[in-house]
Amino acid sequence: MDTKSIVYIALFAALTAALALFPPITLPGGVPITAQSLGVMLAGSLAGARRGGLAMALFLLLVAVGLPLLAGGRGGFGIFLGPSGGFLIAWPISAFFIGYTLAKTGTNNLLAMFAIIAFGGIVVMYSFGIPWMIFAAEMTFLKGLTVMMAYVPGDLIKAFIAAFVTQQVRKAYPSL
Amino acid sequence: MLDLYVSGQSFLHRCPAGVKLLVLIAVGTVLFLFNSITPIAVATIFAITLYPMATLSLARAWAQVRPAIWILAILFLVQGLLVSWHIAVFIVLRFAALLLLAGLVTLTTRSSDMIDAITRGLHWLRPIGVNPGKVGLAISLALRFIPVLASVTRDVREAQQARGLERSLVATVIPVAVRMLKMADDISDAIDARGYRP
Repeated sequence: MDTKSIVYIALFAALTAALALFPPITLPGGVPITAQSLGVMLAGSLAGARRGGLAMALFLLLVAVGLPLLAGGRGGFGIFLGPSGGFLIAWPISAFFIGYTLAKTGTNNLLAMFAIIAFGGIVVMYSFGIPWMIFAAEMTFLKGLTVMMAYVPGDLIKAFIAAFVTQQVRKAYPSL
Repeated sequence: MLDLYVSGQSFLHRCPAGVKLLVLIAVGTVLFLFNSITPIAVATIFAITLYPMATLSLARAWAQVRPAIWILAILFLVQGLLVSWHIAVFIVLRFAALLLLAGLVTLTTRSSDMIDAITRGLHWLRPIGVNPGKVGLAISLALRFIPVLASVTRDVREAQQARGLERSLVATVIPVAVRMLKMADDISDAIDARGYRP
């Protein structure tokens, strides 16, 4: 892997960590709404599939060894076994999906980018997160699904911000 | 800045970082195999007693749980009202035990020791193309980038405030992103120019 990829991986892992400074809002079920999923979306949309996915894997490695990089100052291996563990595991996959699909379609249309980012950041992420949350917090499937509906509006807003930022940054920094 | 290490001489401080990590992962997994309150309660009490044994105050133990207290409270209420109070106590205790143990490892291990342990631990991944030296470089860079990102954001925010744009998210986020990407490109050129090959 070239040096530029390593630096970009570190940068987007750090960006996701820095987004933890926005205070989280916790809903029933124990999975918080944070600005950090914006980091996941931007890692995929700006750094690309491979770099973005690896950036999230690096971030999770740092969390796993106990650095308090998650919103609310949380960290440590125990987090992966808690209710939001499945969502965290989905971060690299979600970032990879977003990067891959954006590159494959090559679109620069705001709505198309929003749709891809929203799909990766919501559908892909939830399909890993909800089953684990149901298992870890001992919920029924229907309840798990209902609880997660509360997160959809916030995630849609974040997906729109990510699409907009990606479009603007591509314009301002064409060598990306 | 990110180091939560508290210096000390206890057996937990002296224990190698790699061993502590492996034990934490093992205990964290085992806790999920139990489904009655007694072993989980024993584990929680054991985790608390480890704090004084590692010459850490109980206030430190509390500080590990405190950031999650609202999550725990809501989890407790939801489980208690919708499932049973028995399950609610069980889940909250398990969560608290995990937080206490993970905190214990963080408080008794320097970040640098942790990074070294991970870099060494990744050697067995070499055959599938993972270069531990590169992972180590990425970890160090990421930890350095976090305070840099915060200071770049502060600079941009001040500049936009002077223009009366402090309320605009776009006027802050886009310049920060562009400056960080430019910096990343410069850093990678600088690393290459010095012939660094991990």
